[in-house]
Amino acid sequence: MNKRLWRIIIGVIIFIIAISIKSDLFWVKPVLFGISYIVVGASVVWSAIRNIIRGNVFDENFLMSLATIGAFAIGQYPEGVAVMIFYGVGELFENYALAKSRKSISSLMDIRPDYANLKNGDEIFKVDPNDVHIGDIIVIKPGEKIPVDCTVIDGFSMIDTSSITGEAVPRDILPGNELLSGCININGVLTAEVTKEFGESTVSKILDLVENVSSKKSNSEQFITKFARYYTPVVVILALCLAIIPPLVISGAHFSDWLYRSLSFLVVSCPCALVISIPLSFFGGIGGASKHGILIKGSNYLEALSKAEIVVFDKTGTLTKGVFNVQDIHAVNISEEELLKITAYAESYSNHPISLSIKRAYGYEIDNTQISEVNEIPGQGVSALINSKIVIVGNIKLMNAMNISYYKNELVGTVVHVAIDNKYVGYILISDEIKPDAAKTIKALKKSNIKKCAMLTGDNKIIAAKISNDLGLDEFYAELLPNDKVDKLEKLLSEKSAKGKLVYVGDGINDAPVLARADIGIAMGGLGSDATIEASDIVIMTDEPSKIVTAIKISQKTIKIANQNIVFAIGVKIIVLVLCAVGLATMWAAIFADIGVTIIAVLNAFRALNVKNI
Amino acid sequence: MKIKFILESLGCANCAAKMERLIGKLDGVISINVNFMTTKLIMEVEEEKISVIIPATEKIIKKIEPDVILKKI
Repeated sequence: MNKRLWRIIIGVIIFIIAISIKSDLFWVKPVLFGISYIVVGASVVWSAIRNIIRGNVFDENFLMSLATIGAFAIGQYPEGVAVMIFYGVGELFENYALAKSRKSISSLMDIRPDYANLKNGDEIFKVDPNDVHIGDIIVIKPGEKIPVDCTVIDGFSMIDTSSITGEAVPRDILPGNELLSGCININGVLTAEVTKEFGESTVSKILDLVENVSSKKSNSEQFITKFARYYTPVVVILALCLAIIPPLVISGAHFSDWLYRSLSFLVVSCPCALVISIPLSFFGGIGGASKHGILIKGSNYLEALSKAEIVVFDKTGTLTKGVFNVQDIHAVNISEEELLKITAYAESYSNHPISLSIKRAYGYEIDNTQISEVNEIPGQGVSALINSKIVIVGNIKLMNAMNISYYKNELVGTVVHVAIDNKYVGYILISDEIKPDAAKTIKALKKSNIKKCAMLTGDNKIIAAKISNDLGLDEFYAELLPNDKVDKLEKLLSEKSAKGKLVYVGDGINDAPVLARADIGIAMGGLGSDATIEASDIVIMTDEPSKIVTAIKISQKTIKIANQNIVFAIGVKIIVLVLCAVGLATMWAAIFADIGVTIIAVLNAFRALNVKNI
Repeated sequence: MKIKFILESLGCANCAAKMERLIGKLDGVISINVNFMTTKLIMEVEEEKISVIIPATEKIIKKIEPDVILKKI
């Protein structure tokens, strides 16, 4: 690179001398131009020859060599050198831009931890993160990267999660907290027990996603590839025609004039500006998104996202926190404490979020000896024998099946009815919380031209209706079984316009089929189940639905930049070709326009990386 | 089976596209993707034909961009 830069500088100096020198000897200027040409252009010509030998004739080197040697042949020495100089400068700039943007991706790779401090007895050994096993104890000192996913057993600290989640605010860490690999420990010494091996840890999964990114080309990129294939041969053929036909057909035409114009054509025949700037734009967009903790798996998804028209959300865990809490206890003929206790006992063997919330509310240890004959009734509830009493706990379907009259209500939330020995004893109201930024998200989506926001949930209609109302959703479908969700998605898909895209946002294990069916599937909550991540096209590292808005804005900005580049590059090239053909533009202008377009297109593409203010 | 390479010093986006097209035409290559920005070449090939495909791939790459070094990952 440096050698090339030096050659260009020296060549320019000699060029300037050649232009400004005043000499009566006829050979001085040509020789000086010749020398500067050799300094700047020898490597290009040599590459052209080398490539022709290998059978690759029509490349940039050949076209530039042909154009400039041709210029020399018709006595246009300064032009020939100038073209080589500008071409060289353009090349340097392209290489610089490419290296810079490639480095930005490798700085993302910086999240990879290089070592772990393994604690063995009283000694600490520095080991490769791959050599750490589940159950091992590791120590993480201030400033170090967390090497594998683990749980803190001792120590207090704050950690910086920005490289994983894009969150700028550090997190407080106490014993019992989970640590994700790739985050940075800020100030305290932490001792932790390893929960996942390196290959399964968060940071490895992210690196996996990032490394396999951009493997699906967007429509714009495919268009450019096709365009570039035909552009060069077409321009070369036109150049040939331009050199041969007009001198034969138009009377009084000078061959050297038309040859000059034809050579100018060759100079504009390289589609480099386009071919570099479009992938660069998309790359910038994807890189920018990852800084926000949004991992987009391919440029085609970025492109599709910019056309998002309908956004469909899963409810639990996506729009709501997915954490159920007991809100109210209404007891009939027994005390509230008794009701809670007996319900907790009946639910003691279940891991359903609702059961967990009841047990949490109860708070005390459950004496299993008092419980027997626990029987789960799918879709309805559970029955158990507690201290010889038959206790049934469940929804209204269960109450109806057992012929027990229950307190009819229109409460918003999940109502768990309880009966002991066939006598109704009350209900417990449990509900989920809406995420703090969910309303903001829906509002922002509507503002940015999303035509419809909808929600799919397996939960009951009343809760769904209230949430839909509170958030301002356009449609909601409740009480859906997993199969129903796909059906509803199909229905929504049929409601979008031809070019619009449907986005589905979910977090759960059941969302895999729906994520796959949607035009764009977004998985939330960082790294949930592998199936969800596999099926999704975009992964959001945090739990915030507002990141969806960020993602859409980034995609729209990127597409805008890519389109600007396409129109600009193709437009300017065509104008320059026409001007050259009619003799209104010199070879100077041609190469200047070519390089100028490249530089502008590349700089514009860099704008896609800058997403700080989105 | 899937094979991955890094194309070191890949400098020309057009060349990457050419490589992708030509290598894709090789017998036994099921799919190929050359990512110009990350310089990664990922291809899905028929396992039995690997010993023929890899040298053929190298040849195509050398022909289009002689300065590129093919590194297996």
